[in-house]
Amino acid sequence: MMNRPEPALHLSQAPAAPVIEARGVSLTFPTADGPVHALKDVNLSIGQGEFVSFIGPSGCGKTTFLRTIAALERPTAGTLTVNGMTPDQARRARAYGYVFQAPGLYPWRTIAGNISLPLEIMGFDKADREARIARVLELVELGQFGSRYPWQLSGGMQQRASIARALAFDADILLMDEPFGALDEIVRDRLNEALLALWARTGRTIGFVTHSIPEAVYLSTRIVVMSPRPGRITDVIESPLPRERPLEIRDSKIFAELSHRVREGLRAGHGAGDD
Amino acid sequence: MGRVMTETTVSTLTPPRAARRGWAGQAGRSALPVLTVLAAIVVAWYLAAVWMNAPWVRDQAARAGETVTTGQLLRATMAQERPVLPAPHQVAAALWEGVTGQSVTSKRSLVRHGWITLSATLAGFALGSAAGILLAVGIVHSRVMDLSIMPWAVASQTIPILAIAPMVIVVLASVGVTGLLPKALISAWLSFFPVLVGMVKGLRAPDPMQFDLMRSWNANGGQVLRFLRFPSSLPWLFASLKVAIAAALVGTIVGELPAGATQGLGARLLSGSYYGQTIQIWSALFAAAILAAGLVWLIGAVARLTLRRMGLAR
Repeated sequence: MMNRPEPALHLSQAPAAPVIEARGVSLTFPTADGPVHALKDVNLSIGQGEFVSFIGPSGCGKTTFLRTIAALERPTAGTLTVNGMTPDQARRARAYGYVFQAPGLYPWRTIAGNISLPLEIMGFDKADREARIARVLELVELGQFGSRYPWQLSGGMQQRASIARALAFDADILLMDEPFGALDEIVRDRLNEALLALWARTGRTIGFVTHSIPEAVYLSTRIVVMSPRPGRITDVIESPLPRERPLEIRDSKIFAELSHRVREGLRAGHGAGDD
Repeated sequence: MGRVMTETTVSTLTPPRAARRGWAGQAGRSALPVLTVLAAIVVAWYLAAVWMNAPWVRDQAARAGETVTTGQLLRATMAQERPVLPAPHQVAAALWEGVTGQSVTSKRSLVRHGWITLSATLAGFALGSAAGILLAVGIVHSRVMDLSIMPWAVASQTIPILAIAPMVIVVLASVGVTGLLPKALISAWLSFFPVLVGMVKGLRAPDPMQFDLMRSWNANGGQVLRFLRFPSSLPWLFASLKVAIAAALVGTIVGELPAGATQGLGARLLSGSYYGQTIQIWSALFAAAILAAGLVWLIGAVARLTLRRMGLAR
């Protein structure tokens, strides 16, 4: 169902080998008030082509965990591998594209110029860059907007452009940190639908941080429920929903049951905390 | 002087806020208050000129055994050859005479002296700005440089430039270096600092997310500088260049004051004060002020064009 044009799996790996594997990952920040356990003993394994959402209240470590996968933070204990490498090696091998909550587009570059930026940094030649830009702009339905400047686009379109930028260099993994958190619900619904379509077409492995239960349930093949103090995984829910998901699926009984389970998981995690 | 410059530098180094209106529109809206203030200054100046020049007129009259009427007194205070405070129209006339009254190669031409000052100012400004930018790049990339350069840069600006300038001129003259270069060095001394402070801030301006993005693309330091830090720093750069060019002009004029200088607006100021030629002093002063205003305006215009093109001033 997911035919990628250029399979980036390492041939030496067994097909079932996880793309991201965390074993006993902990991350402690020293602060003036003593150590803060941002992550404690996190075990998780994410396979090729999965869509995994991380949900939990603020301070539960969901963003921190995504950042450790991206080698933007360093675990203080445990082992974490990405494509069988350390996160830092994977970063150098350009294994992932990262999408932040804000689009972070340069105002002095056009949309195409912004998408071109990582490609220029990575040394793609001009013809290749142009072909890739055209392809990813088409993927996020911004085909006509390459020559526009970011300020000429709406917030939702800007965020789509930033997703296109993360897709342009063929990374296997797409890490998204509350990418639609700053957008209104109508735009968010549309982008969720578009993201699912994009995921189906590209077969990327997606790690997705959110604090919206419907968003997590609608998008994910697996939902990782986390809770704070210390940041940890309290529940991992396999979604029985089919990969093909029209928006109406959110009115179904099974969707409601899933949402309920996520909510229960969040409540249980919160109750176990100190407040 | 150095100390004053340091303080103005720091307070002026906030990047310009978004300029939504065109400069023509802004000029139209701000013309009235500016003209009102200007008129008030001119009136106050005339009153001060009368008040300050009157004693000399009365002395002369008393010596000749004459009495002067108020009308005569007023007229006399406006037309002295060496007034304590020349009237605005006298300065304007001298300025006009200095610019158009003779060929630009004449020793009395303000164009000639202005050009000599301007060329040293531009040379010093270029040197100082380049030094400021290079040092800022070093400071941003090296913790050792950050800790070692900044205190010295600040210290360099606390030394009064009036004390340093003659030494620089004399020392360089003794090794045979005269003319533009010594003045440009003093000018660079004053102008590197605002650029350094502004660029250190500007190069650190992008938010952490932008740096994380660069890291996720495995960009090297040079690429981060070229694609992210440098473009983001431009509003700060232009703001600091405005301060720097004015400081460069002050530095050049100070460099023209020590003994031996016969050319440049600073030399005009000095020779005017030797011979009590107050009108000459004031016209040189105004020439310098007009030059400074023109230079600052020019940088402002380049800044507006560039930042608007880059979408940083929208």
